[in-house]
Amino acid sequence: MNKLMAWIDERLPVSNFVKNHLSQYYAPKNFNFFYYFGALAIFVFILQIVTGIFLTIHYKPDAVQAFASVEYIMRDVEWGWLIRYMHSTGASFFFIIIYLHMFRAMMYGSYKNPRELLWIFGMLIFVLLMAEAFMGYLLPWGQMSYWGAQVIISLFGAIPFIGESLATWIRGDYVISDATLNRFFAFHVIAIPLLLFALIYLHLAALHTTGSNNPDGIEIKNYKDENGIPLDGIPFHPYYTVKDVFGLSFFLIIFAFIVFFLPELGGYFLEKDNFVPANPLKTPEHIVPVWYFTPFYAILRAIPDKFGGVLVMGLAIFVLFLLPWIDRCPVKSMRYRSRVYKILLTLFAISFIGLGYIGMNPVTPILTWVGRLFTLIYFGFFIVLYFISPKEKTKNVPDRVTMHE
Amino acid sequence: MTESKKPSNRRKFLTNLTQVLGGVGGVFSLIPFLKTMSPSARARSAGAPIEIDISNLPPGSYKVVEWRGKPVWIIRRTQNMIDKTLEEDNQLSDPKSLEEHQPNYTKNKFRSIKPEYLVLLGVCTHLGCSPLYKPNAKSKELGLDWKGGFFCPCHGSKFDLSGRVHKGMPAPYNLEVPPYYFVSETKIIVGENGENV
Repeated sequence: MNKLMAWIDERLPVSNFVKNHLSQYYAPKNFNFFYYFGALAIFVFILQIVTGIFLTIHYKPDAVQAFASVEYIMRDVEWGWLIRYMHSTGASFFFIIIYLHMFRAMMYGSYKNPRELLWIFGMLIFVLLMAEAFMGYLLPWGQMSYWGAQVIISLFGAIPFIGESLATWIRGDYVISDATLNRFFAFHVIAIPLLLFALIYLHLAALHTTGSNNPDGIEIKNYKDENGIPLDGIPFHPYYTVKDVFGLSFFLIIFAFIVFFLPELGGYFLEKDNFVPANPLKTPEHIVPVWYFTPFYAILRAIPDKFGGVLVMGLAIFVLFLLPWIDRCPVKSMRYRSRVYKILLTLFAISFIGLGYIGMNPVTPILTWVGRLFTLIYFGFFIVLYFISPKEKTKNVPDRVTMHE
Repeated sequence: MTESKKPSNRRKFLTNLTQVLGGVGGVFSLIPFLKTMSPSARARSAGAPIEIDISNLPPGSYKVVEWRGKPVWIIRRTQNMIDKTLEEDNQLSDPKSLEEHQPNYTKNKFRSIKPEYLVLLGVCTHLGCSPLYKPNAKSKELGLDWKGGFFCPCHGSKFDLSGRVHKGMPAPYNLEVPPYYFVSETKIIVGENGENV
């Protein structure tokens, strides 16, 4: 066995790779609950790829056959319902995990120097994930698939001058049609997953270059022992592999519960209107995107101007890319930052969830105004942060991680 | 190799030229890939004009037909609806249809060739949903000042009975009127301008 390993290592440095990235890759020893979500995101990504492959085996990307082929998977294909529900539930959980993963970065300043590029790769993954989810949602060819896509592609039509022809080019037709379904299938199953693979690789490569941040927001590399090992670091394997497997088992309990007992989650994970085949001549009474898009959708609706709404919604995502340069406070973790920052972050989280709630509900004058208020808070967070962060009253940051022994 | 370590000017020039020309060629080779995504000849021919029979349309009712996969509405107005269209309405953002979202021959008080028949593209000018026909005034859902018209369920845009948008709505302009003409009293062609335009 050792001989075989040596033979392989001479040709491909497998043992070195395992050492550098697992058994002798040192991560801070003070990770908490919020550090499960990176590993969980990778798990769900693999789950989506695997279940996706098995769905592709039976699915037909054709406007006439698509809806029926999904029902065929649900009723006639052995265990097809399980694969399909794992895929649809996995999509929603992917976003729950990514939102918590991003919020973790905001709490502990994980996007700050030297991890700006790591954050940007993460943001690109987030944007691609939204494209992936949006295109995947068209595939069942239900009413909500159809009209949701109609609304989102029309957003491009709001761009002055080139908008209409751009929207036609994306659809490949004057309306959402078979041509659109077919190309979305191609993007959903191959183009975007390939890009996601590449970006996840870069995200991890950047992570392993700088090393992980931690809830104290301090660099463990500043204090090393005589062998050059960080004093507050522990090898990723076995310590964090075991921790992540423990977290995964909890996650799987919740995941399995949803898959088996509440796969539609009362219309939040799979919308009721999507069990009706797409009808281009009849818009459903309430068009609502799936829950993970609703915060941005509420921002779109808050602006009483078509192009303005599209612009502000795009800005709501773009501004996150700039976060490492908007937040100019030298202290990373909110544990040692001012009360003002904690209040701001709390308001931001409330506005995000509030917008998500508003985006799920039909338009009323009151909700529109509340939506505008939350939109103001959402952007206010970044504006206020830019000005207060350089002169925040911060606490003393410890040299070494704090642990409750 | 020559004794000088730096590449000669000739070599530098050739390298740069190769890179630039290769880059230009690479960019142009994108064109066929991007062009495949435009509407195909089949999709374009499916966008051809259609003929609609309106002989069986009672006054006050409407008919939906599909053209280019979009709903086209033909509404036969009652005398009451025609009168309402003529009333001054300060709720509307473009009551005289000054913006170009209809063919010139329908740029009038009725937004139609014949006052009795209104032809509209049933697609909200906001984000492309299909508005609902709510002809009755003072509805519970739309308020007491509602005079009848169209309501978009997606983002709440309101239009009057001629498809003119109310002020302060997400939809930026009036519902579009597609090109159409009457072949006879009971037949219209949608998707094409008539000859005498």
